[in-house]
Amino acid sequence: MSNDSKIRGSSFPTTQMSAIVGLRSDDLSLRFQAAELMAAVYWKPIYKYIRLKWNKSSDDAKDLTQGFFTRALEKDFFRSYDPSRARFRTFLRACVDGFVSNEEKAAHRVKRGGDCPIESVDFNSAEMEIEFSELPESSSMEDYFYREWIRSLFSMAVDILRQECASAGKTTQFEVFERYDLNEEGATGKKTYEAIASEVGIPVSQVTNYLAYARREFRRIVLEKLRELTASDEEFRNEARWVLGANLK
Amino acid sequence: MNWLNDEMVNHLREVSALPDLSGTPYRILRSLASGGMATVYLAEDAKLSRQVALKIMDVLAPSNEMASRMQTEARIIARLEHPGIVPIHDVGSLPDGRVFYVMKYVHGDDLTKYARKEGSLPERLRVFLKVCEAVAFAHAHGVIHRDLKPANIMVGAFGEVLVMDWGVAKILLTGDEGTQLSGDPYFQGEEGKATADETRLQPPGEIPAVPFVETLSGTVLGTPSYMAPEQALGQTSNHNQSTDVYSLGAILYFLLTHRHPHEGASIGQIRERFLRKQVLRPRDVVSNIPRPLEAVCMKSLATDPLDRYSKVEDLEADIEAYLSDLAVSAYRENVLEKAGRWFNRYRFIVLLLFAYMFVRFLVFFLARR
Ligand SMILES: Nc1ncnc2c1ncn2[C@@H]1O[C@H](COP(=O)(O)OP(=O)(O)OP(=O)(O)O)[C@@H](O)[C@H]1O
Ligand SMILES: [Mg+2]
Repeated sequence: MSNDSKIRGSSFPTTQMSAIVGLRSDDLSLRFQAAELMAAVYWKPIYKYIRLKWNKSSDDAKDLTQGFFTRALEKDFFRSYDPSRARFRTFLRACVDGFVSNEEKAAHRVKRGGDCPIESVDFNSAEMEIEFSELPESSSMEDYFYREWIRSLFSMAVDILRQECASAGKTTQFEVFERYDLNEEGATGKKTYEAIASEVGIPVSQVTNYLAYARREFRRIVLEKLRELTASDEEFRNEARWVLGANLK
Repeated sequence: MNWLNDEMVNHLREVSALPDLSGTPYRILRSLASGGMATVYLAEDAKLSRQVALKIMDVLAPSNEMASRMQTEARIIARLEHPGIVPIHDVGSLPDGRVFYVMKYVHGDDLTKYARKEGSLPERLRVFLKVCEAVAFAHAHGVIHRDLKPANIMVGAFGEVLVMDWGVAKILLTGDEGTQLSGDPYFQGEEGKATADETRLQPPGEIPAVPFVETLSGTVLGTPSYMAPEQALGQTSNHNQSTDVYSLGAILYFLLTHRHPHEGASIGQIRERFLRKQVLRPRDVVSNIPRPLEAVCMKSLATDPLDRYSKVEDLEADIEAYLSDLAVSAYRENVLEKAGRWFNRYRFIVLLLFAYMFVRFLVFFLARR
């Protein structure tokens, strides 16, 4: 929801193709695109995770996050990923841990050159979010990483929804969604449909329709992103159920 | 700061999970239960302003097989019109492709809850008989349920007993069985592909009949606790009526002991028991269970399908026999037990006889004085 949507908008060329598959491509430019897409959703969770789990300063965490994504471009980095054995996000988290602990062991960290798919992200926004949220228990860092991943995925979907609504001339639909569903106080501070109708200047019955439209689009976008961020049909379905499933706490 | 805080994320998760029923006459009131693949909601039908139960598949972006499986489930229920099978009203799909169907809302409890409450043994057995009747009816129409367990059976407020959740049912196309359903072109499966004597409703491998497989999400498909060994061991080809007989036996076991036959056992242990053909006897759990009922249970739970009752009707007959103090086919009783049963059955006559003899005795002695 900040201005780091420059890279967020990019989506993998062949629609519905998996970026996870692209990461293992022989073609560097394909790998770069895939890494960009993956980084768009993962850089923030990874940065926060490195900061908190590995107790790094914001500068070190920033270097490590960038270093991680630069490494990720190397052809063999994701070779060992076996979609039938683990979800990608689980595998990725293990990679981050491996990467950070290796970097710690190396006496002199070599500042490496090469392309980095997250040149332009706004690390300050991630810092602010850490400051404004409850810190996780050290025992639940894994859950923390996944929660942040959902947060990042949803933020991205909201950004895309905003853009799409704007270009489709449906800004009012987005506004209704923003006022009702993106309410800071959560469910407790919910405005009534009547209040929103008068604020936005539409009939109450339209509020229902607009909200239904925006939620439907939001869900569609989330699912599209998930499709790109998973390696197999089964993983996609499991993640969809986990992220948007009915029986979640 | 402009970001999604925890409340917003949770709220978005919730509203995105709610099915979008715009364009249908149904409005969701609350969720009733969530199972393996679907969630059941209490909903309002605006057309008739009545409450209904709405079952919607959970999987967002379902594959075609999944969608058609749900559709098939709806059609099976629609064709099985019986007081023991939940009536269905409607079937449809959401804008996102998820299939749902609408059925009668049953006011009541599932069998798990029912069994926790009071209820004498004969009452429980009568409920069990009703389950058997519904299953026998389905079998007569060539449908086997394959997921019979207490959670899939409901006892309504009027004492009606309903078999639910026909999500993994299978149609048999053998001989004269299933004439009604299998005569229906819909149930021929993919045209021309009806191999040998049966057609699966689902493509092989799609059915959660292999419970020992852990999915990516770590959940175990299916419930080995009530599942026949041939199902649990993943032999999908040889399921027939006796598969349901096994599950009925496990339900009877539960009604008698409040436990399922594999309570507390790990999946590995269950598998081991199947391979060794071991079954924990009900009387080892609750010692005062009548032996004939234990025998009925054990016969239904036989590891080898050929050792079970071959038809649900035979199981039913044994329970009915037990309830009327008749001999149970599954149990060879000793002389004492036979006498006891006779006494029970003819208690009235026997007591009358005793009373008569006692009076004669008294009269005899009084007259001698
Ligand atoms: N018609 C109904 N009326 C009231 N409650 C119902 C009704 N249908 C289902 N339920 C409740 O929902 C629970 C789950 O229903 P059901 O077994 O059909 O779905 P499921 O287990 O989610 O599906 P599946 O096993 O196919 O994934 C039942 O145990 C019961 O408590
Ligand atoms: Mg069920």
